[in-house]
Amino acid sequence: MQSDAESLGSALPALLAEAEHLAASLMLGAHGRRRAGHGDEFWQYRPAMIGDAASRIDWRRSARSDGHFVREREWQAVQTVSFWVDPSQSMTYSGAQNRSTKRDRARLLTLALSVLLLRGGERVGLIGGGMPRHGRAQLHTIMAELAAAQSGDDYGAAQIDDFAATGRALYLSDFLGPIAPLQRAIEMAAARGIRGCVLQILDPEEEAFGFGGRVIFESMAGGLRHETQSAADLRDRYLDRLAKRKDELAQMCRQLGWLYTLHHSDQSATTPLLWAYRALEGG
Amino acid sequence: MSGLAFVSPALLWGLLALPVLWLILRAIPPAPLRQRFPAVVLLLGLADRDHKADRTPWWLLVLRALAIAALIIGFAGPVMNPDITERSQAPLLIVIDGGWSDGRDWPNLQNIAMDELAATGRAGQTVAIIHLTDAPSAPVFQSAQGWAGPLAAMEPAAWAPSNFSGWADLLPDTAFDSLWFSDGIDHPDRAILLSALQNAGRTEVIQSPRPLYALRPAGFADGQIVINAARLNGDGGAQIAVIARGPDPSGIDRELARLPLSFDPNQTEVSTTLSLPPELRNRITSFEIVGQSAAGGVSLTDDSLKRRKVAIISAASAAEGLQLLSPEHYLIQALGPISDLMQGDLVDVLTAKPDVIVLADVARLSETEALLDWINDGGLLLRFAGPRLAASDLAEDALLPVRLRAGGRISGGTMTWGAPKVLAPFDSDSPFEGLPIADDISVSEQVLAEPDPELSAATLAALDDGTPLVTRRAIGAGQIVLFHVTANAEWSNLPLSGLFVQMLERLTLSSRSPAQGGAELTGVWTAEKVLTGFGTFSDGTARAGVAGADLAQSLSNGPNRDLPAGLYGNDERRIALNVIGAETVLSPQVWPADTILRANDGPEAYDLKGALLVAGLIILALDVLASLWISGRLRGAALTAVMLIWLAPIDQAQADDLMALRATSGVVLAHILTGDTQVDNLAQAGLVGLGDRLSARTSIEPDAPIGINLDRDELAFFPFLYWPVTAEAPLPSAEAFAKLNRFLRTGGMILFDTRDGDFGAGMTPEKQALQLITSGLDIPPLEPVPQDHVLTRSFYLINDFPGRATQGTTWVEASIAPLDAAEGMPFRNLNDGVTPVIIGGNDWAAAWAVDDRGIAMLPVGRGRAGDEQREYAYRFGINVIMHVLTGNYKSDQVHVPALLDRLGQ
Repeated sequence: MQSDAESLGSALPALLAEAEHLAASLMLGAHGRRRAGHGDEFWQYRPAMIGDAASRIDWRRSARSDGHFVREREWQAVQTVSFWVDPSQSMTYSGAQNRSTKRDRARLLTLALSVLLLRGGERVGLIGGGMPRHGRAQLHTIMAELAAAQSGDDYGAAQIDDFAATGRALYLSDFLGPIAPLQRAIEMAAARGIRGCVLQILDPEEEAFGFGGRVIFESMAGGLRHETQSAADLRDRYLDRLAKRKDELAQMCRQLGWLYTLHHSDQSATTPLLWAYRALEGG
Repeated sequence: MSGLAFVSPALLWGLLALPVLWLILRAIPPAPLRQRFPAVVLLLGLADRDHKADRTPWWLLVLRALAIAALIIGFAGPVMNPDITERSQAPLLIVIDGGWSDGRDWPNLQNIAMDELAATGRAGQTVAIIHLTDAPSAPVFQSAQGWAGPLAAMEPAAWAPSNFSGWADLLPDTAFDSLWFSDGIDHPDRAILLSALQNAGRTEVIQSPRPLYALRPAGFADGQIVINAARLNGDGGAQIAVIARGPDPSGIDRELARLPLSFDPNQTEVSTTLSLPPELRNRITSFEIVGQSAAGGVSLTDDSLKRRKVAIISAASAAEGLQLLSPEHYLIQALGPISDLMQGDLVDVLTAKPDVIVLADVARLSETEALLDWINDGGLLLRFAGPRLAASDLAEDALLPVRLRAGGRISGGTMTWGAPKVLAPFDSDSPFEGLPIADDISVSEQVLAEPDPELSAATLAALDDGTPLVTRRAIGAGQIVLFHVTANAEWSNLPLSGLFVQMLERLTLSSRSPAQGGAELTGVWTAEKVLTGFGTFSDGTARAGVAGADLAQSLSNGPNRDLPAGLYGNDERRIALNVIGAETVLSPQVWPADTILRANDGPEAYDLKGALLVAGLIILALDVLASLWISGRLRGAALTAVMLIWLAPIDQAQADDLMALRATSGVVLAHILTGDTQVDNLAQAGLVGLGDRLSARTSIEPDAPIGINLDRDELAFFPFLYWPVTAEAPLPSAEAFAKLNRFLRTGGMILFDTRDGDFGAGMTPEKQALQLITSGLDIPPLEPVPQDHVLTRSFYLINDFPGRATQGTTWVEASIAPLDAAEGMPFRNLNDGVTPVIIGGNDWAAAWAVDDRGIAMLPVGRGRAGDEQREYAYRFGINVIMHVLTGNYKSDQVHVPALLDRLGQ
C-alpha cells in the first residue's frame, strides 16, 4: 500500500510539471479583470472626487501637479474553487498501453487548473481535503491529497460536505457509476449558491466498444461482471445506454445552471482546461 | 513401381480417433476473453441474442480434424513410388560407364547408385563398383558402406569408356547380379562385357532417356565460324544454345557470344555459323552447350580460330616510289589488323609456313614447285594483277586460277570508249556473299581471262558486264585466288574501299586451318588445360608431356585416360584435343532384347512424410488464427500480420540514396566487403577504432565506416578504401574494375591488406588473390616505403608500420625521380602525387579493431610492447588518413627553411 502510494507520489511531480506546462500554454489568453477594484496591483491615478477619503489621496502624485489624485488598484476578487476528483478504481482504466488513464487525466487537469487559479490569486482546494487556500504551497497540499485519495470502490460517489460557503466547484469523473450521489451533491451545492462544472472523462475504448466474440467483462475492482457470447452484438445497445447517460448528465447540469462537458482521454488536455478555466473564472 | 506405400502403416489406425476428437472438440466452446471494462455497469442486463459462439464452429472442427489427420498420415511415413524391386541374395556389381556424356546426369546417377548401395546394405549383400573409363582391374566386393565414400567421390571422365573386353576378362567366376549405368552410346566391344555379366547373373541396365547433345569442333567456312552439334536420343524439335567463351579485355573468362541451334524433328546433326569481329574471334577459347554440364558439350578451340599468318611479297620492292602508290601499303593496311604479317623473300617466307601468301603484281616466280607443294598442303595464294602480270607471257603460269589474255583491257580512260565498270552483286556461292557493294567502286583497268567452260565456276566476283574480277582455283587442300586488278588504286578504286578489307578478311579466314594431320606432330607437347567430365577445365601443367605421335593418334581416335581432352601446346602451336571430333559417330546403343532396361529418371521414390507434416503444421497455424478470430482477439495480431506482409523491403534506389547521404554527410572511411563475415566485421571494427583515434587526436572526425559492395555501391564518395584481401573472395567484375580504376585515377586511395604478415616470405593464397585483383587495376610501379616518404611524417613521425603483424613490407607508389636530398634537408623533394595504393600484410584492421565499448577486440603482441605496437598501428592509420586527406602538405614543410631564408633577404 505504502509502496503504491510512493510510486503514485513519485508520478505526481511529473504530473505537476506537465500541469505547469499545460497551464503555461494557457497563460497568454486569460488575464486579470482589467478594471479598478480591490487588489495589490496599481491600476491608474484618477482625480480625487467628492466623497474620496483624504487618506486615499496619493500625495506624492498630487504634489507634482495642482490637482489631487487618487491611486486606484486593480480589482482582484478572490474566488474559492473546489475540485472533486473521482478516486474510484473505474478511473484507473486505460484502453491502450500508451494512453494515460482517466485518473491521470483528471489529476492533470486539476493540477493545471490549480496552477492557473493560484497564479491568479484564487483559493483552491479539494472537496473532502483541507481548507481551500491561496499561495503556491497549496499546490503541494493538493498534490498530496490527490495521491492519498484512492478508494477501492468500483465507482465513486460525489462528495457533498466540506464545501466552501461560496465559490465554484468542479467535478471530474467518468460518471459511469450511479448518478444519484452526483445529483444530490450538485443540487445541494446549487442551493448554497455554488456554481460549477461537471467534466466527464471517458476513454475512447469506452466510446468505441470494439469487442467481439465471447468476452467476460469485469469492472476494475472486480465487483461486477457480465458475460456475453458475442460482444459485438451488444455494441449498439451499449452505445445507446452510454448516450443516454451523457444526456442525463447534461440535462441535470442544465437544470441547475451548471456546465457540463465531455472529454476523451486521447485528446489534448488543453481544450477541457481552457473550457474549465473560462467556466470557473467567468462572471 | 508406382503407387503409395507406408513405412509404418499401423499408425493409420490412429485415424479412427478422429470422430472422438470431433465429439470432444464440439462439446468444448472456445475459451472466453476476460476483459476489464469500467463501463460494465452499462452492460448489466443486456442479454445475448443467440448462443452461436457457444460451440466450436464446424469449419474449425474440420480444420482441426484435417490437421490431426495430416499429422497421423505423415507419421505413418507415406512413400510415393516405392522401390519394390525384388532382390536376390547374390552380390551386386555396379558398372558405371562414366564417360564424357555422363556429366549431365551424374548427380542423378550417383543418387540411384547410392539408393542401390543402401538397399544392398540393408539386404546384407556385398557390392563392387567398376568405372569403365578407368584402367581395367578386378572388381572388389565389399560391404556397401565401404563403397559409399568412393562412389560419392567418383567423377565422370572426359573420354569414352573403352577396353570392355579387358574388364570382361577380370570379372570373377562367382555368380553375381549386376547393374549397369550406361551412357546409351554405342561403344565397340560393349557386347563382350554384357554377355560376361549376363553369364554371371541377372543384369539390369539403367540409361538416361534424355537427349544428349555433343558439340563438334568449330571450323571455318567462308570467313565465318561454323558450329556443328550432334544429338542422340532425341527425335522431336529441340532448341539449344551454344556460347563462345574467352577472356575479356581484363583477362577474365566470360561469355563472348551466344547463338541458338535448333534441331528439326528427326535431325541428328545441325550446323550454324557465327560471324564475329576478328578481335573477338581471336579471343575465343571454347564453345559450350548451355545447360549440359558434360565434357561432350564443350569444344576447345586452338590455333585454327586464331589469326592467320600472311606473307606479302611484292615485286616492286626495289623500285622507288611513293608509299601511297605501293600495292604493299594497301595490303598491309587491310590485312594488318586481322592477321600476323610477314614480309620478305619467298624462300624465307615459305619456311615459316604462312597461311596466306599474297603476291602483288609478281609475274615471275622461281620457287614454283615449293609454292605448289605449299598450296597442296592447304596454303592460300592470293595474287593481284598489275602492269607486270599483264605484260608477261601468262600461258604457262601454273600459279594462276584461270588462263589470262595478254594485255588486259582499259575502260573509262581518256582514250577509251565506255565508262568504268562497276561490280556485279556477289553470287550466293561466293565467299563474298552478303558483303555490301558501294556504288562508287569502279574498275577502269583489268586483266582478262581467256574464255573457258570452267570460268564461271572459278569466278568469285565479277563486273557488271560479266567479266571476272576475282577468280579461284583449288589445288589439293589449298587454293589460288587472283584479283584481276591491282592492289593499289591504279586500276580501280576497290583497294580504297571498305569492301576490299572485308573481301581480304573473308579470303584470309577461308585459308586452311593449321594442319591437323598427324604426321607432322613431333616433339613433346604439354597439356595447358584439361577438360573434366563435367565440361569444366582443370590446370594441366602438372601433367607429364606427351609425345607428338601419341597426340596425333588421340586426335584421330579420341582422347583416352593417358591423353585426356584438353589444350596441348608446344612452343609454336596449340592443338585442342576434343572429346568429339569432326568425324565422331554418335549412335545409340542397341541392347539385346533380353536385357532388363530401366530409365534413370523414372518416378523416383518420393517421401511424403515431410510434406504432410508441414501441411499439418500449417493447418494448425491457421487454426490458431481462426481461434483468435473467433474469440475476438485477432485485431492486434491481424494488424501485426498485415504489417509484416506489407513491410516491403526497401527499394534499391532508395537504399542507394541513403548510402550516398551517409557517405557524403562527412568524412567516411570505407572497406570492401569480402563476403567473409569475420573479416568484414573486423574491418568495420578496425575502421571504427581508427575513426575514434582520429577524432580524439586530429581534426579529422570520421563518421561511422561503411562496407562497400563493389558491384553495387558508388565509390566516388570515399577518399579511402580499406581492402582486406581474402583468398576466397570472388574477383570483381569488369564494371567493378572500371569503377576501381576510376576511383584510383580521381585521387582515391586503396589500402590493400593481405593480413598474412608476409608469413614465410613465400606465396600465400592472399597474395595470389591480391595479384589477381591488382592485375585488373591501373597501379603504378611500387617500392617499399622509403624512409623519407611522407607517410612516415604526415602526422606522427614513424619508422615502420606495424599492425597485428610487424614483419611485413609495406609498398607504395615508387617516387618519380630518385633525387638526392638537398644539402641540409632531411628529405628529398618529393612533392607530387599521393600514392594511390598502399599494399602490405600487417593486418592493420585487426590491430585497430574495437568493440562497442571501445575496447580492443584482439590481442596485439605481448604486454607493454603489445600496447606500444597497437599504438604504432594507430599512428600508421592516422598517418595514412592524413596523407589521403592532406596529400603531400607535410612534404612542403621541407621548404620552410629555404622560404624563411629568402624572406630574410
